[in-house]
Amino acid sequence: MEAVRGISFAVERGEVFGLLGPNGAGKTTTVEILEGYRSRDGGTVEVLGVDPWHGGSDLRQRIGVVLQSSELPAALTVREVHRMFAGYYEHPRDIDHVIELVGLAEKSGARVKTLSGGQKRRLDLGIALVGDPELVFLDEPTTGFDPSARRTAWDLVRSLRELGKTILLTTHYLDEAQQLADRVAVIRDGKIVQQGSPADLIGVTPKVQIRYRDGARDVVIETDEPTRMLAELTGAAAAEGRELEALEVVRPSLEDVYLDLVDGDEPAA
Amino acid sequence: MRLFFHELRTQQLLFWRNRESAVFVFVFPPMLFLLLGAVYDGKIDGFPAVDALLVGLVGYGCANTAFAGLAITLVIRRESGILKRVRATPLPAQTYLVAVLVSTLIVFLLQMALTLVLGVVLYGAHDPENWPGLFLALLLGAAAFAGLGFGVASLIRSAEGSSAVVNLIVLPMAFLSGSFGPTREYPDVLQALADVLPLTYLIDIFKNVYLRGESFWHDPTAIAIVAAWGVAGLLVAWHRFGWMPRER
Repeated sequence: MEAVRGISFAVERGEVFGLLGPNGAGKTTTVEILEGYRSRDGGTVEVLGVDPWHGGSDLRQRIGVVLQSSELPAALTVREVHRMFAGYYEHPRDIDHVIELVGLAEKSGARVKTLSGGQKRRLDLGIALVGDPELVFLDEPTTGFDPSARRTAWDLVRSLRELGKTILLTTHYLDEAQQLADRVAVIRDGKIVQQGSPADLIGVTPKVQIRYRDGARDVVIETDEPTRMLAELTGAAAAEGRELEALEVVRPSLEDVYLDLVDGDEPAA
Repeated sequence: MRLFFHELRTQQLLFWRNRESAVFVFVFPPMLFLLLGAVYDGKIDGFPAVDALLVGLVGYGCANTAFAGLAITLVIRRESGILKRVRATPLPAQTYLVAVLVSTLIVFLLQMALTLVLGVVLYGAHDPENWPGLFLALLLGAAAFAGLGFGVASLIRSAEGSSAVVNLIVLPMAFLSGSFGPTREYPDVLQALADVLPLTYLIDIFKNVYLRGESFWHDPTAIAIVAAWGVAGLLVAWHRFGWMPRER
């Protein structure tokens, strides 16, 4: 079965790259190929200069992984889980420092099974960082979070970026991509339908809406040339001494662009 | 080597910290021995009942700890994504699997030592006639049943079902192979079934070294049959073992 096809992107060192798309679009499949979990039927993939399917231990020394859903040994403490994973790496970071970084210092001696969902996610992040990776994969790191937990997680990702880590992030939340990613690729039905900076993505859909009310009728004009269109409209109205009621010019939000891209003609379930 | 010892230590911590595994896997065989030892009297197959039971329960311990405990643990870890997560670290697959195996072996040997001490102290069971032979037999049994454990773990699809499936194998096998008492009165069909089970032959080997003081190599056919089951399990694992959850 073909889950993805027509995916091509390059992530620069030190950047946060977002793979954005609805559930089932192929984000996780793509990331799992990059993490070395899945082989592929075709195409070229390089992660830190190596093919991840053949990267072996050497590549895994250099990457950190937060899976979409995975558990950790429930009976161990936060600190023990960090020590367990730190032991797998040649040059691990200081465990207590990592626990502090992900905000679990107070839970250091707590068993994994007593942690809340958000705390477990931070533990996932901690063990992804404990090997001091150059590249971190975050597969839907905030799915199921309440708003304040999401803010905390976002701050964490930003602090990773400041540490100079390269981050590949998947998400189906648009605001998350907008907040965190330097560049975004929008993926739908296993294909990348658009990529660029969040600002670029808005830029590529040039339709600006001009709205006003004409008597009882709401008029919406979509145009590539808002300046000329607006001049014509207002010129004509002024000449007739008419007021364009409720006149507004609306730039599309990233959300409009995104929905336009992922909804398209067919449902992208 | 550093990685191996780190992982072995981790596996031991995981085993003893987890109350279910510590109680059901470690305590169950010695407990069964204590119960059966209190019930049986006289002689079984010409040996003092408690000696024969001790040997049978050592066999059951193999099936319980090296096979059932290992298989259930592996399936639960696979389905919960722990195996998948560990796979993303630099820890080599073979280091992980060998550490799991050796950790199981340590638990098993401690369990057998406890059973033996209980038997000798509480019920006046005899010491093993052939210590080195017993040790070799324990290693053979644990290795073969661990091989079967890896194989069966590869075939089980869900964590919820793992315990049921494994016990459906272990309990009838232990019963048929004479772990819990003499099988001489069993119907022919059941005895014929017992004749293909690895535990039957493993218990024979234990009888040879523990009760009769024979050499470990006394019955090469039995050794070959036990080993063949282990290899068959490993072959299944070789083809079917997976690190990724199957259910999701």
